[in-house]
Amino acid sequence: MTNNPIAAVAASILALGLTLGVTPAMAAKMDVTIGMQLEPPNLDPTGGAAAAIDEVVYANVFEGLTRFGADGSILPALAHSWEISEDGLTYTFKLHQGVKFHDGSDFDAEDVKFSLDRARADESTNAQKALFADIASVEVVDPATVKVTLSKPNGSFLFNMAWGDAVIVAPETAADNAAKPVGTGPFVFAEWVKGDRVDLTRNPDYWGDAVKLDHVTFKFISDPTAAFAAMMAGDIDAYPAFPAPENLVQFEADSRFLVINGSSEGETILAMNNKKPPLDNILVRQAIAHAIDRQAIIDGAMFGYGTPIGTHFAPHNPAYVDLTAQSAHDPEQSRALLAEAGVSDLTLSLKLPPPSYARRGGEIVAAQLREVGINVDITNVEWAQWLEDVFKAKNFDLTIVSHTEPMDIGIYARDDYYFQYGDPEFKAIMADLDKATDPAKRTELMQAAQKKIADDYVNAYLFQLARAGVINAKLKGIWPNSPTQANDMTGVYWEE
Amino acid sequence: MTRSFAPDRSILKMALSHRSLVIGFLLTAFFVLLALLSLVWTPFDPTKLSIATKLKGPSFDHWFGTDHFGRDMFSMIMVGARVSIAVAFVAVGIGIGLGVPLGLYAAARRGSLTDEIIMRGNDLVFAFPALLLAIMITAVFGPGAINAIIAIGIFNIPVFARLARGAALSLWTRDFVLAARVSGKGKARISIEHILPNIANLLIVQGTIQFSLAILAEAALAYVGLGAQPPLPSWGRMLADAQTLISLAPHMALFPGFAIIITVLGLNLMGDGLRDLYDPKLRRGRG
Repeated sequence: MTNNPIAAVAASILALGLTLGVTPAMAAKMDVTIGMQLEPPNLDPTGGAAAAIDEVVYANVFEGLTRFGADGSILPALAHSWEISEDGLTYTFKLHQGVKFHDGSDFDAEDVKFSLDRARADESTNAQKALFADIASVEVVDPATVKVTLSKPNGSFLFNMAWGDAVIVAPETAADNAAKPVGTGPFVFAEWVKGDRVDLTRNPDYWGDAVKLDHVTFKFISDPTAAFAAMMAGDIDAYPAFPAPENLVQFEADSRFLVINGSSEGETILAMNNKKPPLDNILVRQAIAHAIDRQAIIDGAMFGYGTPIGTHFAPHNPAYVDLTAQSAHDPEQSRALLAEAGVSDLTLSLKLPPPSYARRGGEIVAAQLREVGINVDITNVEWAQWLEDVFKAKNFDLTIVSHTEPMDIGIYARDDYYFQYGDPEFKAIMADLDKATDPAKRTELMQAAQKKIADDYVNAYLFQLARAGVINAKLKGIWPNSPTQANDMTGVYWEE
Repeated sequence: MTRSFAPDRSILKMALSHRSLVIGFLLTAFFVLLALLSLVWTPFDPTKLSIATKLKGPSFDHWFGTDHFGRDMFSMIMVGARVSIAVAFVAVGIGIGLGVPLGLYAAARRGSLTDEIIMRGNDLVFAFPALLLAIMITAVFGPGAINAIIAIGIFNIPVFARLARGAALSLWTRDFVLAARVSGKGKARISIEHILPNIANLLIVQGTIQFSLAILAEAALAYVGLGAQPPLPSWGRMLADAQTLISLAPHMALFPGFAIIITVLGLNLMGDGLRDLYDPKLRRGRG
């Protein structure tokens, strides 16, 4: 029998048929594939600045004491409640009990102390150390209670603790989180195929509300054409930040898809090197700001998706002040300012990272600057090169980049930040803001900060990046807006 | 001994009766004229943005339509022709300028160690994938038209060095070279006065074909962002820009694509025709 090849083939066909036969009928779909443009460099949100890290792990794998809700509000997470002392200096967090890390170890107050102390330590590689700067000490009261004492009142402390950079990690696994993240979230890290995807599976021991999905795959497709094809073919179910706005028009016409036109925290700016002559002259910066026609950039580079901004602040924030008129498009004034500054024959370098807002926006900006007599040398750079050359070495005149962190106007208080502003007056405003807890006072200070950087023409503020994405019309629960860098999958499900 | 370059009447007649040569020449001449014309006139400023009229199809105003910034595609193709031709011309020039002397020198010293070193060095460059070499050079020294020229020029060197050496070797054994040696001429002088003029036709044919390859290479480099930088228009980058818009504005990909195809086709037809014309064996065959 086994010597007969035909019989062998027949047997295997039969076996194949049986295998197919026992496959259960397709139940409700329990897995989702999310498309992302950039692949994270690692998966440790406490050790890297890349937005793509949080977009994979935030709320899915890692959780903090507090978290962002879909509308940007601050919700309890690992801490179910907290008390703030009268003087605003002591925060007592009550933690959920029975929470386990994905490696099986218990979560308790010691882990909170470890995570916060690690993030604020001198040798910490946390990308947002400023979030923890006001912490004076972290005390473990009992396994379910942790007391954080601040050195000065900080009205945004609970907000700070919601960031992806402030998630709670376990001492045993913290060092390996870059390649094998271990958190407390509803999804467990399964596999990372470099250059392709990250797979997450449901955490069966999750402490909170059970999630409705079994598998989540984050697939990295940077090429907009490939992303469009993958979406059309159904290979990916959602692409929340679609890289090519021109394709959204076509998705809108297709009933299988839903185009979400939300707002993001991405202030897209033409950043200027404030310490490099002649850009250290405010008149030159002001001239550049007036040379820019924001609407032309939004229409030309983003196909109309985007909101003009006049300062480094998200327009959907209640404290936003519309200062676009202060740097309105006015080539005449721009030329006059350049003449007043005594600058002629100016040639500036413009380094453009890969996203289309930068590459396309850059070509438009260059054309607009040429209109007022400023020559622009465009250099297209990859992200690694941009981080090295522009962000670290500050070897640039102009660059276009979208700052996607929430409420990140504080970067203007940093001395060594790449656009090199660090004005003492602005720092004073930020210091006051950190101390203020009264909402009205905070709003006032935030508005003062917005005006200050607009008055100093630190950068040319272009537009708020739209979070324009496309999702399968049957997929529910994807965040329409982007209050932080995240793809929160906890509430996502397939409609029957 | 040396053949006159002024085409005599019989060659001219033969050239005119050679259909692909005529077509190739006309296509090439068209693009060269377009490129020259762009120096003095284009219908619109090819760098002038006009967002309000973006992605318009071909019309009476904009013959080839407008791109995603509202720039006139026809003007961009004209200037793009200039960029392509200039890059290819200089790159092939580098190839001939360095490759031919190397080849002649190697042939003059055939069998020597110098010959070996030169030709094995050429093999090394030749064995390296040309486009990869170009990407490497532009990645190291930064993107830009100049570096694209250098990159494409370098991989043209071994082509011409081999051709020159091979053709020269067969000439060194000929009687007229022997006569020149007897009359006391040195190797360098013989190479320049007797060998070079006799291999010139081969070099011209190869040059035409390399020219078309150089245009393709420039387009490929520009496509991946390593060629001429914006705002200077370039066919390859126009194609790259069109990529995500192909379903919205197919004309954005069609016209630069056709420009590349037609130029390369024209140069190849012309190269083939020239080879037919200069190759005595083929010429007799056509008899």
